[in-house]
Amino acid sequence: MATILVVSEIRNGQLKKVNFEAYSAARQLADQLNGDVATVLIGSSVSGLSDIPGKYGVNKVLQVEDASLEKFSPDAYAAVAAEAARHLNADFVFMPATAMGKDLLPRVATLLNASTAQDVIHMRVEDSGVVYTRPMFAGKILADVKLTSTPQTATLRPKAFAIQENPVTAATEALSVNVPQAKAVVEEVTTSGGGKLDVTEADVVVSGGRGMKGPENWHLLEELAELLGGATGASRAVVDAGWRPHGEQVGQTGKTVSPTLYIAVGISGAIQHLAGMLSSKYIVAINKDPDAPIFKVADYGIVGDAMEVLPRLIEEIKKLKAES
Amino acid sequence: MNIAVCMKQTPDTEAQIKIADDGTHIQTDGIKWIINPYDEFAIEEALRITEKHGGEVTLISLGPASVEKTIREGLAMGAHKAIRIDAPESPADPQVVGAALAEVLKEGNYDLILFGKQAIDDDQSQVPSIVATLLDLPAVAVVVKLDIEDGKATALREIEGGHEKVTFSQPAVVSAQRGLNEPRYRSLKGIMAAKKKPIEVKQINLKENQLSVEKLSYPPEKKPGRIVGEGPDAVPELVRLLHEEAKVI
Ligand SMILES: Cc1cc2nc3c(=O)[nH]c(=O)nc-3n(C[C@H](O)[C@H](O)[C@H](O)COP(=O)(O)OP(=O)(O)OC[C@H]3O[C@@H](n4cnc5c(N)ncnc54)[C@H](O)[C@@H]3O)c2cc1C
Ligand SMILES: Nc1ncnc2c1ncn2[C@@H]1O[C@H](COP(=O)(O)O)[C@@H](O)[C@H]1O
Repeated sequence: MATILVVSEIRNGQLKKVNFEAYSAARQLADQLNGDVATVLIGSSVSGLSDIPGKYGVNKVLQVEDASLEKFSPDAYAAVAAEAARHLNADFVFMPATAMGKDLLPRVATLLNASTAQDVIHMRVEDSGVVYTRPMFAGKILADVKLTSTPQTATLRPKAFAIQENPVTAATEALSVNVPQAKAVVEEVTTSGGGKLDVTEADVVVSGGRGMKGPENWHLLEELAELLGGATGASRAVVDAGWRPHGEQVGQTGKTVSPTLYIAVGISGAIQHLAGMLSSKYIVAINKDPDAPIFKVADYGIVGDAMEVLPRLIEEIKKLKAES
Repeated sequence: MNIAVCMKQTPDTEAQIKIADDGTHIQTDGIKWIINPYDEFAIEEALRITEKHGGEVTLISLGPASVEKTIREGLAMGAHKAIRIDAPESPADPQVVGAALAEVLKEGNYDLILFGKQAIDDDQSQVPSIVATLLDLPAVAVVVKLDIEDGKATALREIEGGHEKVTFSQPAVVSAQRGLNEPRYRSLKGIMAAKKKPIEVKQINLKENQLSVEKLSYPPEKKPGRIVGEGPDAVPELVRLLHEEAKVI
């Protein structure tokens, strides 16, 4: 009987979609290993969220509530998550590979004398154990890795694992933990662009490059992204030019995205840009240069001027939405 | 202020990465080695802080003697001295790297320990968090702005869709993200001076790997797509394909 613990990521009192992906992936693994899935909810008030994980096949919900956990602190949260893993005797500890998860889980592993497979995109069970696949060299290489520690810990890349509903009634348990005094405390969280969807979380990413000519034309990309329920991204060239904030940069020194649909407008397709978006399911390129390297990786391309193609694209998609 | 910067040597970002015959490493011949780009931000930040507050910058790198060439580049930027922890390669398990660095860092009495947010070869993004936990120090990862005044520090860290402002006391661990600063060029004078700066070599026992690489492979080739057409007239066909064939809109 294997026990898989998923450390939930709570932001603004909410459980984001990335958690459901992690629960679903853990459930799938648990089914193969004949095991159970548990999650731990950490914060100053979390009991209101306890009904949610069961929808995705989580059998047990641990609640750790403490006034001192209101604000995120990597060291204090790591101590709590490690205690939850000890309490359950967990064989596996997973977390979404987000800014929080990628910092927190290696800490939890350290406290448990374990090791971490970071940013995993695929898991499979072999006779000899679980094999984790993770990208290296900005996605140019995939590595199959194995862990020999107990527990085995892994962060799961957002959007790499499908959400699967699998309703069960989860048992809840309040766990009391001696929360250590936080060493680094988050004083303030600022969101760029009024709580817009982040590029790493969006199903559709509409990115612009230098071919967009200037920041004043970004409303076209924003309108398209909004129509498709997506987020806007950018090449490094336009971030360096100050047209867009760094948080939107896609690529080797920006963010890695794997949306269902990636639309690259006026982006040449330099290797460092491709590193951040090649794992997208469908890629559309709009570029006036038929020899632009982006067309080599695009499923569909239009050769043309972005200023002419974008308004038409917005119009046609509006038409489609009105019809369906 | 005494600052340590942990740096790793990585292949150049433009390098063609090929899998070696053993199937678990990459081919190293013909590769141009550089300071991991994020570690360069860390070195630059350390230099700026010591230029303002005084003190010394020590570079620490774990790896074979061949990494000394890259260490010298960091010294050429202006770092004062360096330590190389001798190992045949940088171990695959970040816990092993972190434990070795922590052991050496413990001896140094540093006020601040800087890292890159991620090494661009194995893309682990783990070592800074591990070292902070082992040394029981406050830490902030993926930092784009750092202010240090009288032992009290504030950092701005990048998260999904925004930033977190974090306050902490020193000594502390910080990992650098692009945007923190613009690294300086190595001057000829700096390069000459670097030749005489000391690199101390330390032998320590590495702990056992609990993460092993079984196999490396190339991601599946993306099959070349098609040009739907030219100009705005191609848009209706594109929308049809996205709707009916790809079923993504
Ligand atoms: C260490 C390192 C790290 C890097 N990391 C990143 C990274 O993370 N992300 C990243 O994106 N880049 C990164 N780069 C930069 C990268 O090499 C490219 O310089 C950058 O991606 C180019 O941006 P671009 O495609 O917007 O601009 P350009 O290369 O200038 O391309 C503009 C494109 O727009 C097209 N165009 C022009 N006008 C129009 C029009 N009216 N309509 C339609 N198309 C038009 C042109 O044909 C051209 O293809 C990195 C580089 C280095 C050295
Ligand atoms: N072999 C090494 N020697 C010194 N520092 C390292 C080494 N490996 C990683 N680091 C540091 O840890 C950071 C994160 O690396 P990683 O966790 O491997 O992605 C790097 O940017 C370096 O600052």
